[in-house]
Amino acid sequence: MKKYTFTEKKDTRSGFGAGMHELGQQNPNVVALCADLVGSLKLEPFIKENPDRFIQCGISEANMIGLSAGLTIGGKIPFATTFANFATGRVYDQIRQSVAYSNKNVKICASHAGLTLGEDGATHQILEDLGMMKMLPGMTVINPCDYNQTKAATIAIADYEGPVYLRFGRPVIPVFTDADQKFEIGKAWMVNEGTDVSIFATGHMVWEAIQAGEMLEAEGINAEIINIHTIKPLDEEAILKSVEKTGCVVSAEEHNRIGGLGDSIAQVLVKHKLAPQEYVAVDDSFGESGTPAQLLEKYGLTAKHIVEAAKRAIARK
Amino acid sequence: MEIEQLEKVASQVRRDIVRMVHGCQSGHPGGSLGCTELFVALYFERLKLKEEGGKPVFDMNGTDEDLFFLSNGHISPVWYSTLARRGYFPVEELATFRKLDSRLQGHPTTHEHLEGIRIASGSLGQGLSVALGAAMAKKLNNDKGIVYVLMGDGEQQEGQVWEAVTFAPHHEVDNLIAFIDLNGQQIDGPTVKVMNNRDLGKKYEAFGWEVISIEEGNDMAAVLKGLYEAKSRLGHGRPILVLLHTGMGYGVDFMMGSHKWHGVAPNDEQLAAALGQLEESLGDY
Repeated sequence: MKKYTFTEKKDTRSGFGAGMHELGQQNPNVVALCADLVGSLKLEPFIKENPDRFIQCGISEANMIGLSAGLTIGGKIPFATTFANFATGRVYDQIRQSVAYSNKNVKICASHAGLTLGEDGATHQILEDLGMMKMLPGMTVINPCDYNQTKAATIAIADYEGPVYLRFGRPVIPVFTDADQKFEIGKAWMVNEGTDVSIFATGHMVWEAIQAGEMLEAEGINAEIINIHTIKPLDEEAILKSVEKTGCVVSAEEHNRIGGLGDSIAQVLVKHKLAPQEYVAVDDSFGESGTPAQLLEKYGLTAKHIVEAAKRAIARK
Repeated sequence: MEIEQLEKVASQVRRDIVRMVHGCQSGHPGGSLGCTELFVALYFERLKLKEEGGKPVFDMNGTDEDLFFLSNGHISPVWYSTLARRGYFPVEELATFRKLDSRLQGHPTTHEHLEGIRIASGSLGQGLSVALGAAMAKKLNNDKGIVYVLMGDGEQQEGQVWEAVTFAPHHEVDNLIAFIDLNGQQIDGPTVKVMNNRDLGKKYEAFGWEVISIEEGNDMAAVLKGLYEAKSRLGHGRPILVLLHTGMGYGVDFMMGSHKWHGVAPNDEQLAAALGQLEESLGDY
């Protein structure tokens, strides 16, 4: 198992803020919008240096999405930012008509996704956003795994023409990817090559998968771990290549098991290469208040759960 | 253009509207007929448009030109006809309205790359937000073009409209003119009965807008004068609202003043009766 170490823990939303800071200096067309959550989205450095290119929308997310669509008419690259719940479910129709169907170059950047939002509870813990966004024709959906990757993804989507949903979160987690990485949209990242089971993980679950890989190794199981940071377009080639080798799959995501990464992978398997698949995901329920660690444990989203799922998948081969 | 010429264009646009809706036996004639003077006055007289050899040239960004957005997308027939008559695309294409493989979708869309359309609309309440974004982009680009947006009066019942109405004066978006088509009708009946908007002018004023009124929205001279006045008030830190009083179905006597023709197509007899009231001034498509 390839060794992954870290010297610090950071939140992925800070990676977004750092990416925006850099974009503010590099690209004069980048405009940031926020619906009264500037601190949570770590936008202060961008706003300080580019006050004219920041638009405070107040608590009105629907208007923010429409504004963003309008800003593209004139060549701006709007980054519309708020919590993932308010960036997707609350404004689905606005995104559908004014952004996706109209094919506008809007970047919807969503923090506090999933259970790891923690104590605020289920009203804010959206677990359906990946599904909603990936169902929109033409929408690119990205869920990076740590601070560095989120920063790189933030910078990369400014150069991509088209609507993007970028999802990140609140908890501090290990920073284990390279600081100077180049982010390639739609290209899965090989975390560890293995032969016994393919673990496809996204977002915060990638670090859990790495830990699971180490636990499996101690039991003589050689896991292949792939970071699927882009849910759509999905890197089908990387998935199939891995499954050809291992013959079974675990998908891991901080999302409802319905409609997320797991289902996207299952579609690929059904069409091209039948193989047993086990889901590590929230089992079609809402979340609740608690610490991130408590919630991941209760809802079955830890390294231990990935290990169990891997063994089940191998047994079904 | 002289007022008489503009009126001739309006008459032809009205013929196009009823023929398009009749041709596919669906669509929304009522609001389209009521807003005809506004569309003709804007596109043939007031909007600064990019042109080459007397013909408009469409580019999505609309740099250095005025932009128009239609929020109540269901009155697409009047927009399509006006755009075609203005030269954005061939008038023959109007015959494809709402038919399979047409660029003239039931509600306007950029998806089929129809010249003149910059955003999809139809799901109500979104157009003002989009127009505000486009207006702010113009400010960021030091572009002196003006952004116009039309909404329905029934549409004012959508919550998002009021998010945008709050936003615009706060950010001093003073390169934008919004219209409300005050025809007093919506699908289920008169607006005062379905959901009374009460005094929209006072509401917008209370939110910080400058409000003017065009009492005779189907009088070409009155519309031109109102547009001139609206434009003269730009640039003073406040967005402009124009309350455009129109008659739904205006120009076709049996369609006038009733919500019943909001989204109903005329049959053959009704079409003949309607066309009998509208001069064919530019030649039917």
